[in-house]
Amino acid sequence: MNRWKLIEQSFFKAISFLAAYSVILILLFILYVIFEKGFSSLTWDTITRLPEGGYYFGGEGGILNAIVGSLYLSVGATILAVIIGLPAALFINVQLIRLKRTQNTIRYFLDALWGIPSIVYGAFGFAVMVFLGLSASLLAGIITVAFLITPILVRAFDEVLKTIPVELQEASFSLGSTKTETALKVIFRQGFAGFVTALLLAFGRGIGDAASVLFTAGYTDNIPVTLDEPVATLPLAIFFQLTSPIEEVRQRAYAAAVVLTFFILIISISARLLSRRYSKNIIK
Amino acid sequence: MLSFQALNKTLSPEIGTFNDKKAKIHLAPVVEIQELTVASHNNVILKNIDLQIPRNKIVVLLGPSGCGKTTLLKSLNRLTDLYKELKVTGRILIDGEDIRKATHNLPAMRQKMGLLSQHPFPLPVSIYKNVAYGLKLKGIRNKNLVDFSVEGNLKKTGLWEEVKDRLHQPATSLSIGQQQRLCLARGLAVKPTIILADEPTSALDPISTKIIENLFKELKEHYTIILVTHVLRQAVRLADHVVFMYYGEIIEQGHPEVILKNPQSGILKKYLVEGN
Repeated sequence: MNRWKLIEQSFFKAISFLAAYSVILILLFILYVIFEKGFSSLTWDTITRLPEGGYYFGGEGGILNAIVGSLYLSVGATILAVIIGLPAALFINVQLIRLKRTQNTIRYFLDALWGIPSIVYGAFGFAVMVFLGLSASLLAGIITVAFLITPILVRAFDEVLKTIPVELQEASFSLGSTKTETALKVIFRQGFAGFVTALLLAFGRGIGDAASVLFTAGYTDNIPVTLDEPVATLPLAIFFQLTSPIEEVRQRAYAAAVVLTFFILIISISARLLSRRYSKNIIK
Repeated sequence: MLSFQALNKTLSPEIGTFNDKKAKIHLAPVVEIQELTVASHNNVILKNIDLQIPRNKIVVLLGPSGCGKTTLLKSLNRLTDLYKELKVTGRILIDGEDIRKATHNLPAMRQKMGLLSQHPFPLPVSIYKNVAYGLKLKGIRNKNLVDFSVEGNLKKTGLWEEVKDRLHQPATSLSIGQQQRLCLARGLAVKPTIILADEPTSALDPISTKIIENLFKELKEHYTIILVTHVLRQAVRLADHVVFMYYGEIIEQGHPEVILKNPQSGILKKYLVEGN
């Protein structure tokens, strides 16, 4: 091989290697900082107790309110997003199948919505909340986070549905399936791994976002019992505690970050495992 | 416990005999297409097609890409219904019944015609469930019966020995050639009388192609096979009747020995020269 070609090949190989490993290094560095600062404050009490009097000044208690609140809010928002998102994705891929221009326009808008910063969703959610006469609450938070994750979910479902070959549907129809049987027994199964991954990724995005719930979910030291009560979330727990002048409280913010990272990690691993499990039957 | 006769009756294709009431039907063509036109917006894909397809023969639809062969095939089991932009007019009679009027029993009508597409598309389930799928749609739940049918149809397509120890593995674990035979077994399980094959060997290697071609030769004893191909040699090897199509029209048809050796139309002559 030509000497220059060898140099060129080695140069690009080195750049690719550096780029790939620097991403891993950055991730490891973030994890190290969070764990190093937060692990000492992460006790059994932290994850099983509610904040008690003087907690934000270094007193007793934990962040159970934020852990449960985050789960309530993300599960609620994901359910709402699926209710809106799945029919929307089906509409794009089934009803608009021959209207490529309309399909692409909708996809363009969804991609644009995906790119809007979450603080804008927070402001929009606040406006909707005021319009509907709601106060900062679990319901207002769920609606706002649903706004945030619906475009993500629709596009993810859309991409899954796009990959299902029309010939597979034809094969199912020619065996005597009805439309419902084809949808449930063939299309749903073929796309199941993708749907699960999309769902978990949207859930992960919802549980980790602070800005969208800043104005709408409120914050409380209790676990909400009804939808109209305010709710604490892990991202806001981190935000409020990290701005404290007390060192101990700041360390607790990192402990909350460890918990949040743990959730994201579990979601990510689950998505990968479920995707692998259900993709073994997928026709490529 | 089911008797062998009962099993056989459930699983064999409806061949019929000349002594029964169906004798008249069995002498008549299995498919009669009358003035079939398929159009998409202003583009006419099939123009006024009139065609009779004889029973238990291999009829080859031959012609260049885009001449309407696949559309004609998909009209036969009304897969054209899936494409809302397609406007279909004319009559398609299967055993004397106009399938375009079969609104309520469309799934049952489609089960009479096994479809084999260009690329194999096994369902996203195991090998066993692929063959059992159509049976379950027909309401057959008896495990012995389903097992018997799965084994029988996999044997018919020569796949049984290759997969009998891994029936519950994903269908995607098979090679492309095996997947195509699985799709054929899956189609045969629902007792079709007609097999619609749309260039079924175009994605296969020569060995798998030969296996499928030999299978077709065996299967035509019990089934009518309508095969779309643009491979001239395959048409010569398999066809009992060749239909040459060009731009949505039937230009010439007849026995392969006749029309491929002594073509009457200039278009077919040119196609044969360029094809060879």
